[in-house]
Amino acid sequence: MKIRLDQVVKTFDTFRAVHGVSLDIESGQLVALLGPSGSGKTTILRMVAGLEYADGGHIYFGDQDATDIPVRDRGVGFVFQHYALFPHMTVAENIAFGMKVSKTKRSKSEIATRVEELLRLVKLEGLGDRFPGQISGGQRQRVALARALAVDPKVLLLDEPFGALDANVRRDLRRWLREIHDELGITTLFVTHDQEEALDLADRVVILDQGRIVQEGTPAEVCRAPNSAFVMRFLGDANRISANVRDGRAYIGETVIDAPSSSDGPIDIYLRPGDVDWRPEGDGISATIVRVLDRPGGRRVLANVEGGTALEFDVPPETDVRSGQHGRLLIKRSRLYPA
Amino acid sequence: MTPTRRKPPRVGDGPIIRRVLIGTTLFFGAILVLAPLIVIAVEAFGQGLKAYAATIAHPDTRHAIFMTVATALIAVPVNTAFGLAAAWAITKFDFWGRRALLVVIEIPFSISPIVAGVAYLFVYGLQGLFGPMLEAADIKILFALPGIVLASMFVTAPFVARELIPLMQAQGRDLEEAATSLGASGWRTFFSVTLPNVKWALLYGVVLCNARVMGEFGAVSVVSGNIRGQTNTLPLHIELLYHDYQAAGAFAAASILATLAVVTIIAKVALERRGAGRRPALAAAAKEQNAGTSS
Repeated sequence: MKIRLDQVVKTFDTFRAVHGVSLDIESGQLVALLGPSGSGKTTILRMVAGLEYADGGHIYFGDQDATDIPVRDRGVGFVFQHYALFPHMTVAENIAFGMKVSKTKRSKSEIATRVEELLRLVKLEGLGDRFPGQISGGQRQRVALARALAVDPKVLLLDEPFGALDANVRRDLRRWLREIHDELGITTLFVTHDQEEALDLADRVVILDQGRIVQEGTPAEVCRAPNSAFVMRFLGDANRISANVRDGRAYIGETVIDAPSSSDGPIDIYLRPGDVDWRPEGDGISATIVRVLDRPGGRRVLANVEGGTALEFDVPPETDVRSGQHGRLLIKRSRLYPA
Repeated sequence: MTPTRRKPPRVGDGPIIRRVLIGTTLFFGAILVLAPLIVIAVEAFGQGLKAYAATIAHPDTRHAIFMTVATALIAVPVNTAFGLAAAWAITKFDFWGRRALLVVIEIPFSISPIVAGVAYLFVYGLQGLFGPMLEAADIKILFALPGIVLASMFVTAPFVARELIPLMQAQGRDLEEAATSLGASGWRTFFSVTLPNVKWALLYGVVLCNARVMGEFGAVSVVSGNIRGQTNTLPLHIELLYHDYQAAGAFAAASILATLAVVTIIAKVALERRGAGRRPALAAAAKEQNAGTSS
C-alpha cells in the first residue's frame, strides 16, 4: 500500500509539532523517519496510524483519503516503543487479540493456527503460554510485532521499535526485522533517533528537524551528500572548521581547499573523523594531539589545529600516536556549508 | 587479646530510643484502638448470647440493618460507576476543566459530612431549593431512603475514583491505543484491557466505599430524621439505643458494624497484597517494574 502525506500540519496547544510535511512512501518500502527528539517524527507516525488527527493536509493510503479514518478502521499495525503488550494476557492471547475483536469473524481453530504461524515467524515457538512479564525485552518486541501483523495490516508502523533494548539485541532484531519485511513485503514506516539504525534498516531515510523534512533519500544519498550542516552533523561525528573563501578557494590558515561553487566570505568546512590523514610531518594543517581514545576498530585522536579549533579523527589501530605530539593533517574529503 | 568490637547504633537505633518508641506505639495502640473493640465485644455479649440475639432480632434493629444494606446496595454501585467514569475521563482524555474535575471529586474528603447533610437539607428540604417542587410532585427525598442514599453517596464519591486515578495515570494510554489500533471498540477495550488491569484497585475502592457507606453517621443523621424503625440506619440506631440507656443493645448493634470493619480490613489487606491501594509514587514504581517485566 502506497502512503502519501500532503502538506500535513499538527499543532499541540500553541506548539506547532509538524509544519506542512509532504512525503511519498512507495508500496512495499521500508522507510525510516529520523530526527532528534522534538522533531515531530513520532507525531507524523501517529497521524499516519490515526492515533492523532492532522490539523491540516491529507494522508492517503493508495488512492483513498485516510486523513479522517479512525485508527480502529485504518488497518494499520502499530508497534509501540514500550511494546504495550497486555500484561494480563498470555503471548498467544496477545497475538490473537486483534483477530478476536475483528469484524471479520474467524473460528477458534483458525485463530489458533494463525497464532502458531505468527509465533513461528517471530521465532517464539513454544512461548505462547508465557505472560509478557515472563519473557525478555527482545522477545516482547517480537510479540508486539506478531500482534500487529496478526490483523494483516496494510501498513506497519513502528515507534522507536528498538529504543528500550541493549545494543546487541538491537542489532540482531534490526537484521531480523529487515528479513521479515523482505518476506512479507508490507509497507513499513518506523521512527528512530538512532542514525545507525535508520541507515542499517531502511530503503529510504527521511530526516526531520523542528517539524520539517530537511532531507530524504536512500542511505547512500543522505550519507554521501548531506544537503545541510544539520544533516551532516546529525548523521555522524563531524568536525567543523571555519575558513574564508576567495576566488573559489577556501583558506584555512595556509591550507587551501577548492571551493568552486562557494561565494567569497566565511564558510564552514565539515570533516568526518575518517576524512583526514595524520602524518608526523609534511603538508597539511599543523595539529597537536590532546588525547587518544582507543576503540575496538581503531584509535580516535582528539587534536587542536592551528587557530585553536578542536578536531577528532581516526587512525588505524597500529598507529603510534601520543598526546602532546605535533604533526600534520591532510584533508582527503570535505563538505562546505555556508557559515 | 582482640577486644570485641562494639557496633555503634545506627541512626535512631539506640536501645533506649527503640524501646521507648515501640512501647509508646503499643501503649497508644492498645488504649486507642484495641480497648474499644474489646469493650464492644464484652458488652455486646455481657448479658449472654440470648440477650444479644434478642437485640439483633428486635424489629427496629432489623430495620436499621435493612436500611444500611439497602443504602449500600444503591450507593456503592452508583459510586463505583461514577468513580470508573471519572477516572477514565480524567486519565484517558484531554479536556478543558480536567484539573478542576480532579479537585471537585476530592471535595467530599475535606468537607465535614455534617456540612454535606445540612447542604442537602437546604437543597431538598421543604424550605430548600427544590423543596416546593418535590412536594408538589409528592416525591419524598429527605427523611427517607433517597436522602440517606444521596448523603452517603456524597460522602463516598471520591473513594473509587481516588484509587483508580493514580494507577490509571501511571499506566498511561498505550494499552488502550494498542487495543484500538488492533480494531477493538471502546467497550471492548474497556472490558478486555482497561478493567482487568485495574480490577484490584477497583475492588479496593469498592471495599473502602462500602465500609464508609455503612458506617456513615454525620451526613445521614441530618437527612434521615432519625425515625426509629423507619429511617434509622445502623449507626443512627446505635446512637439511639445508647441514649435510651440500652447499653447492651447499642453494643450488640455496634458489634455488627465492628464485624463489618474487621471483614473490610481483611479484604483490604488481601487486596493490598495484590498491589491495590498504592499511592502514585508506588504505582509509578510498579509501572517501572512492569516496564521491566511486561512491556
